[in-house]
Amino acid sequence: MNPESAGLRVNEMNGITRVGFIEQNILDEANIQQIGDALGELIDAMDTPKILISFADVAHLSSAALGALITVNNRVGAKKGELRLADIDAKILEVFKITRLDRLFEIHGTSAEALATFS
Amino acid sequence: MSQTGINPSGDGEDGGRSGEVVLRHGDTPALKGFEATIFEGLKAAGFDEGEIFAIRLAMEEAVANGFRHGNEGDPTKSVTVAFEIDDSGMTLAVEDEGTGFDPTAVPDPTEDANLEIPSGRGLMLMRAYMTAVEVIPPGNRIEMRFDRQA
Repeated sequence: MNPESAGLRVNEMNGITRVGFIEQNILDEANIQQIGDALGELIDAMDTPKILISFADVAHLSSAALGALITVNNRVGAKKGELRLADIDAKILEVFKITRLDRLFEIHGTSAEALATFS
Repeated sequence: MSQTGINPSGDGEDGGRSGEVVLRHGDTPALKGFEATIFEGLKAAGFDEGEIFAIRLAMEEAVANGFRHGNEGDPTKSVTVAFEIDDSGMTLAVEDEGTGFDPTAVPDPTEDANLEIPSGRGLMLMRAYMTAVEVIPPGNRIEMRFDRQA
């Protein structure tokens, strides 16, 4: 699947795959499913995934989107990979905190900060 | 009821302060259109960005649950959303065509054992962001209240 058709911007640099969202609002359940599938394909193609997901320009997301991220996190973990989340708007970060998912994910303020933490 | 299934009872008479829509499965444009109506009403009534974010999140969780769990993904079943804005806040009602559920049987998604489970956070988020959430027996209708801070 072409990641762009799922609304994702993907580029790889220095062994780290950087993912961004084209849409501000990750709302549509079908779109969330596509995002999950596209990220899954990326993970499957890597021996040891190193993925940074940037939430820059994302204004809103649902628990279904959180669920897709959890699945991504589980799949990256199963391959002993690394996943970082960054550039999360304060209101959305609050959603992660309320759901205690800030304890599950490694979240950084900026992509630059997150990139520095990959092994 | 208009052709889109949106009843903009707020047109003119109450300045966009109430409305109802019957949503069909997968009809994201209709949901977005109805949300735009609600957000216009909320902004006109002075709700700020944070308050609108909270209401939107709760509404979308309720609608998603209505389709996914209440209607069990049945494309022939709809979800009805109604809202009313008043001087102290707003009320929201979301009703599906399912048989209902027992809200006390929903596991706590914030427990350590449940953090890695992809689903089960919708009701918890509604309760976190709205002032009050009531699941009306048999459970296919949720009524929510958002009270503005004084």
